[in-house]
Amino acid sequence: MPTSRSCAVTNLGRMKYGDAFELQRQLVEQRKRGEIPDQLLIVEHPHVVTMGRNGRDENLLASPEILERSGIEFHHTDRGGDVTYHGPGQIVGYPIVDLRDWKRDVVAFVRAIEQVIIDALGSFRISAHRDPGATGVWTDSGKVAAIGIHISRWVTSHGFALNVDTDLKYFRYIVPCGLTKPVTSMRALGCAASREQVIAALERTFGRVFGRNMEEAND
Amino acid sequence: MIDVVMPQMGESIVEGTLTKWLKKAGDHVERDEPLFEISTDKVDTEIPSPVAGTLSEIMVEEGKTVGINTIVGRISDGANGAAPAASSQPAAPLAQAPQVQAPQAPVPQVQAAPEPPREQARQPQPAPPQPKPTEEPAAPVATVVEETAGPLSPLVRKMARESNIDLSKVKGTGAGGRITKQDLESSLASAAQPAPPPAPQRPAPPPSGQVATIPAPVDVPPPARPESYVRGEAPATRIESMSVMRQKIAEHMVFSKRTSAHVTTVHKVDMTRVAKLRERIKTPFQSQYGFGLTFLPFVLRAATAALRQYPILNASIDGTNIVYHRDVNIGIAVALENGLIVPVIRNADEKNVVGLQRSIADLAARARSRQLRPDEVQAGTFSVTNFGSFGSVFATPVINQPQVAILGVGTVDKEPVVIEDAIAIRSMCYLALTFDHRLIDGALADQFTAKVKNILENWAEEVM
Repeated sequence: MPTSRSCAVTNLGRMKYGDAFELQRQLVEQRKRGEIPDQLLIVEHPHVVTMGRNGRDENLLASPEILERSGIEFHHTDRGGDVTYHGPGQIVGYPIVDLRDWKRDVVAFVRAIEQVIIDALGSFRISAHRDPGATGVWTDSGKVAAIGIHISRWVTSHGFALNVDTDLKYFRYIVPCGLTKPVTSMRALGCAASREQVIAALERTFGRVFGRNMEEAND
Repeated sequence: MIDVVMPQMGESIVEGTLTKWLKKAGDHVERDEPLFEISTDKVDTEIPSPVAGTLSEIMVEEGKTVGINTIVGRISDGANGAAPAASSQPAAPLAQAPQVQAPQAPVPQVQAAPEPPREQARQPQPAPPQPKPTEEPAAPVATVVEETAGPLSPLVRKMARESNIDLSKVKGTGAGGRITKQDLESSLASAAQPAPPPAPQRPAPPPSGQVATIPAPVDVPPPARPESYVRGEAPATRIESMSVMRQKIAEHMVFSKRTSAHVTTVHKVDMTRVAKLRERIKTPFQSQYGFGLTFLPFVLRAATAALRQYPILNASIDGTNIVYHRDVNIGIAVALENGLIVPVIRNADEKNVVGLQRSIADLAARARSRQLRPDEVQAGTFSVTNFGSFGSVFATPVINQPQVAILGVGTVDKEPVVIEDAIAIRSMCYLALTFDHRLIDGALADQFTAKVKNILENWAEEVM
């Protein structure tokens, strides 16, 4: 029985962007009907560049053909925000949360997601912060996590992408989120934490910030 | 007739951008069916229709940002039948919208109120007792209330406070004259311009490389001129009108600098293989073809191959579109006695070194004798300028609009080069690529230039 206070965590491992998108869509519908509790999907995508609804083509620096030739998929998608890159070494988190049970406030939700990441980074002694006017999580050396959210009837989808040991050269194909500021990763910041450790920390801080009991949904 | 309004998606939110209508005027819509999408701070939200009926009127277009509770459209419910109600109500539409806006009457100025805990808007947990900016927009309680049109977003308030901006002096460009973040930024930017110097001092020149900021016209009084100016015979200045070509060049150069975000990247290229080939065959080449062999056709050959691999450098910008060109038409800058012209080698990628050299020689000769046809200076998709022929090592060329890049070729000189810890004498050349950073990022520009370099450095001995 789903209680409003629990959140199921599923680690999908490596999954293509389109497949994860379809899974989110199904879970969002189930969440709207109240059939399942809040969800947090954790996934790693193969190389993909996605363009949000507000995306501007000039922030994509290579044509889709060039991306394809470089082994990078390209998708238009319905989240907020501009263009971004996902790939190996990145933790992508898709929270599917019914905001009617949590503040009914989309901006508060974005700030809370930032807090989840800032707190998780803190447990690896990385000092991260917000940048007023530039959603995402920032360090002194650049942006370490990007955020883009979609909401339908108060149920969220899409989410965040945290660079753990992402190969940052792939960001050269885009102007991430339309901002000409540097992108960094936990590895580039000198942190050697493993992907599993970071996922565990994110689950912990997510539960604390949103006041949810995190329940592993694997197996 | 039901009004559909911009919903409030959170306590701190006072406006939203309507990004997409999911229905067209005249479409039928079910209750709870997604009707339009809005966007606030990286969040896209689908808004369902409040009722079933026909979307009779769209009052806020896609892309517009409006305050919450602004009427964005109207739905005539099924009972109302015939849809074209829009026309039966003359002139009503927008006049009604502002009813939900703050009454524009200036609010009494509550100066020097103690700093309220507004910071919380940034915290993950917005303080609950924030006044809803919706209903009674009169005075958002005890914040410093400025005499401005419309409510202000928390971000704008915070920026204004932190930067000490008098909001009554800022002109709002948002909905209903609302002051937006952009307004504050431009106000800050203009405040940051150097203030007019008090004395007839020259304003500091802008830092080099700075192009786009057109400094506000500052009235600098001309340096006081000594009254008595009795000296030599020849006048101190001579005034001559520009030739038409000079005027066109001037216009084009400034237009280009104003249009593109010019960035130049320089790669060092070892031309030794090409130089040896050229040295060996230049005499027979001259006698066989009747024109000399320079380095330029080799560079052109390499550039066209690289353009095929990186077609965005062969593109142009049209508004927010990228126009990719099928053909590779390369403009060659030719110096004239009192100017410059850029004839174009059409389909340059289909020519070999001999063919390119022939085109260069032909176009340059006819440019200098003013015998080019108009179509021979048009439709270029990329340009090359060979300032090396005048001894320049490298320069930062100006993009030939509407192209997005130009390759400058420096002089080829023998230089001592360290190769595997030994000093060798090599024929070195600097290739300078100026690219439009609006469209092309540094990494891509460098990949392109590295490709050109790679082809030149590994030139097969016999290939022409």
